[in-house]
Amino acid sequence: MKGIKFIIAGILFGIIMAKSEAISWYRIQEMFRFQSFHMYGIIGTAVVLGTITVYLIKKFKLKDTQGEPIIFADKDKGWPRYLIGGSIFGLGWALTGACPGPMFVNIGYGYWTMGIVVLGALIGTYLYGVIKNKLPH
Amino acid sequence: MLDLLRQPWPWYTSGIAIATIMVLLLFFGKSFGFSSNLRTMCTIAGAGKRVKFFDFDWKTQKWNLLFLLGSVLGGVIAATLLNTGESLRLSASTISDLKEIGVQFDGQLNPAQIFGPDAMSSPMGIFILLLGGILVGFGSRYAGGCTSGHAISGLSNLQLPSLIAVVGFFAGGLIMTHYLLPLIF
Repeated sequence: MKGIKFIIAGILFGIIMAKSEAISWYRIQEMFRFQSFHMYGIIGTAVVLGTITVYLIKKFKLKDTQGEPIIFADKDKGWPRYLIGGSIFGLGWALTGACPGPMFVNIGYGYWTMGIVVLGALIGTYLYGVIKNKLPH
Repeated sequence: MLDLLRQPWPWYTSGIAIATIMVLLLFFGKSFGFSSNLRTMCTIAGAGKRVKFFDFDWKTQKWNLLFLLGSVLGGVIAATLLNTGESLRLSASTISDLKEIGVQFDGQLNPAQIFGPDAMSSPMGIFILLLGGILVGFGSRYAGGCTSGHAISGLSNLQLPSLIAVVGFFAGGLIMTHYLLPLIF
């Protein structure tokens, strides 16, 4: 079963997010009110370590477990989609306290009402697909 | 050991662990980005027949769906095996700020007032969750990624677009928190 490693990685992700309370609506509120270092510490540590690792992978041209070179795709240039789309995302993030990953971790945790948030997220994603070509990117 | 894992994890443990997940996925030949799953799910539901954006071979994203499945299981494990039942240690100023806008702190991960079964009995309660989800889903696809794809993977690869997206995440989050939430609750 080749897929099992992804399930295990997902399990680790779920446990980390739940145990560090990053899936908590309250913690997201605390973050957006600048009243605790907690969430900034999590994201900051991850980004600093991530940056160092990505740099090392590129520098030493490391390969993945299949022996293929690890490739980093550059994001498309431009700014409107990132600023506008990002802001819309932020509105939803602060309202529900959940970005896409934590929504699902929360369902596992027993917050089945997050299923409604997921349903909304699917509708939102579909909506974007429908009007994509009319939006500035 | 289990007792140690049961405690709430400090931010540095979590930060290191999240970076590890990202790197693990890189060595599996994949790129960490959770919100792509939402697009994949639309495709599986048949959206590709109507809208071109969803017309792609979703099997290339099977690994990500397995990751999603794992994350749900991770939530189950955290809530059962690794649960101490300890109250969340939210900062006092957040507790009092939230009280002012009408949200009570109940010591859980999420307020029962918004996510509990009772909230589901009011159309407004359901509408709030649905609307929030729509904003997250629409916004993450429009921006081409969410917290994992932009804030973690993108910033780690020093992508300017990801930095702009993260600025957007915070702009939206601050507007919602400080101007809109007081009107909603």
